[in-house]
Amino acid sequence: MGRAPVRGGFAAYRRLMRDDPRDPRLPTSPGFWRSPLRGPWFTSVLGLVLLAGVTVLFLTGLVSYAAYNPDLSPVNDKTPGKGILGFYLFAWPTDPPWLYRLNQGIHVTLGVTLIPVLLAKLWSVVPRLFALPPARSLAHALERISLLLLVGGGLFEFVTGVLNVQLDYVFPGSFYPLHFYGAWVFFAAFVAHVLLKAPTALRNLRQRGEEKNDLVSPRPAEPTVSRRGALWFVGSGSLLLFATTVGQNFGGPLRRTALLAPHGGGEPGTGPNGFQINKTAAYAGIGTAETADDAWRLVVTGRTGTVRLSRARLAGLPLHSSALPIACVEGWSTPDQWWRGVRLRDLAALVGYEDDPPDVFVESLQRHGAFRKAALRANQVADPRSLLALYVNGEELSPDHGYPARIIVPAAPGVLNTKWVARMTFGDL
Amino acid sequence: MRDRVVIGSPLHLLVLCCSFALAAYAGVRLLAGDWLGVALWVVGAAVLHDLVLLPLYAAADRAVVRGLDGIRRREWAMYVRVPAALSGLLLLVWFPLISSMVEARYRSATGLPPEVFLTRWLLITAALFGGSALLLAMRLLLLRRAAKRRPPAVH
Repeated sequence: MGRAPVRGGFAAYRRLMRDDPRDPRLPTSPGFWRSPLRGPWFTSVLGLVLLAGVTVLFLTGLVSYAAYNPDLSPVNDKTPGKGILGFYLFAWPTDPPWLYRLNQGIHVTLGVTLIPVLLAKLWSVVPRLFALPPARSLAHALERISLLLLVGGGLFEFVTGVLNVQLDYVFPGSFYPLHFYGAWVFFAAFVAHVLLKAPTALRNLRQRGEEKNDLVSPRPAEPTVSRRGALWFVGSGSLLLFATTVGQNFGGPLRRTALLAPHGGGEPGTGPNGFQINKTAAYAGIGTAETADDAWRLVVTGRTGTVRLSRARLAGLPLHSSALPIACVEGWSTPDQWWRGVRLRDLAALVGYEDDPPDVFVESLQRHGAFRKAALRANQVADPRSLLALYVNGEELSPDHGYPARIIVPAAPGVLNTKWVARMTFGDL
Repeated sequence: MRDRVVIGSPLHLLVLCCSFALAAYAGVRLLAGDWLGVALWVVGAAVLHDLVLLPLYAAADRAVVRGLDGIRRREWAMYVRVPAALSGLLLLVWFPLISSMVEARYRSATGLPPEVFLTRWLLITAALFGGSALLLAMRLLLLRRAAKRRPPAVH
């Protein structure tokens, strides 16, 4: 697959050729690139796979962004300067309840699965990086600048995404704005690239016969694998990544198959509270002193003033059940858990919103962290399945799952299901 | 005619200008914080891939093929290449977890054990190379049997 060595030659000839860009020892020479795999067919197949895959990644990314309801309240919005890039935002629905779970599972699992295709695609066209002359025309020069945005922007998106799901926050800034604005820069270059190249790619796939373009090596090395075999090779990389990742969206034995995914393998414990945790109580700095029965009060504010409820009072209110998943932006989720607690709309009624549940502003006991405050929209509050949960799977919530009380809303991203809730303010945001 | 050659296709120019306009609109926002850091990451990603990662794996691949050429076994290349590339791919993607770079944060945030990733990756790698060796052994066995069955006159 690589480049075979350049053998022999007379010393004088070498000296003569030293500064010639056609010298096959230089990557600027087509003869430097010796893999017999490179050619229009291989590149076109990979390109069309990426065309479909990246389009799905971009769309699921936009949907995930909308799921946070960033236009509802500044606390939900990590990109206040988005301008027209938020043109499509809509009130995030609560149906189907697995909507975010599916969307984010696709976004992250597909992203991981496409990495080998991306690497193979870049490998297949690398001779063009060194091709001379650097620009044949103004349009070609601009296209090459656009390719820097395409390759740099694309790799930036994949790298920030892969690092974020592993909690490796080394990138220069907050993940949300970097991944969101980066996606638009990448997508701008991606659309241009598709418009300029897709017709050629399609034509290359239709055409059978001898391969002819600048990617075909003029002095190919003896093949060690066929083009079709190389494609299977790339596909096997994708399949391996998929098989060791996708399970983190399911429960039981399927999760065990996700051997290398951050939330694959096993559950963090056993029993009713033994399902995946985004941030533990210890990580969030929640101590038992502030969640103890005599210390903790839920402060609910609305049209008719403020009420303070102990956990015992809350547990004495009419309790309801709903079976809902936790789905994280990081692309892992749990199967439905059986939550039990007070309906959000009943809490709204308690403070003067009997028939018209408004938005709610939820604050956690957490003193630091990106989503310790979150806003939910009226449609989310009104849904009868939206709860301030006190119990899960028949037991008290564990500290790691938000004891004394947590929000659970159908189809909402995990971080909007605030844990260790301290204060809820109902009213239009 | 000469001008057209230098400027190129007007349609291409139009597409690229639209693309740059959108990229600039988002780019200004992308660079609003640590602009140098972000620019270094975007350009650095392309440079590291094209000028470091790709040459490194191409050189490793060439070394394998040359080594096999040396013992006249070039056709074994895929049996080395596939397990090595798949194992390397898993390491590349899950490096922070496998290398325990995020050990403390991972354990404290998720309540899950971070040390399992290195073990699992090593086991997967062993299985990949082991499986490949098994396939190669089977292939050699079949070839030898086929050769034995052939009458000597054919040679």
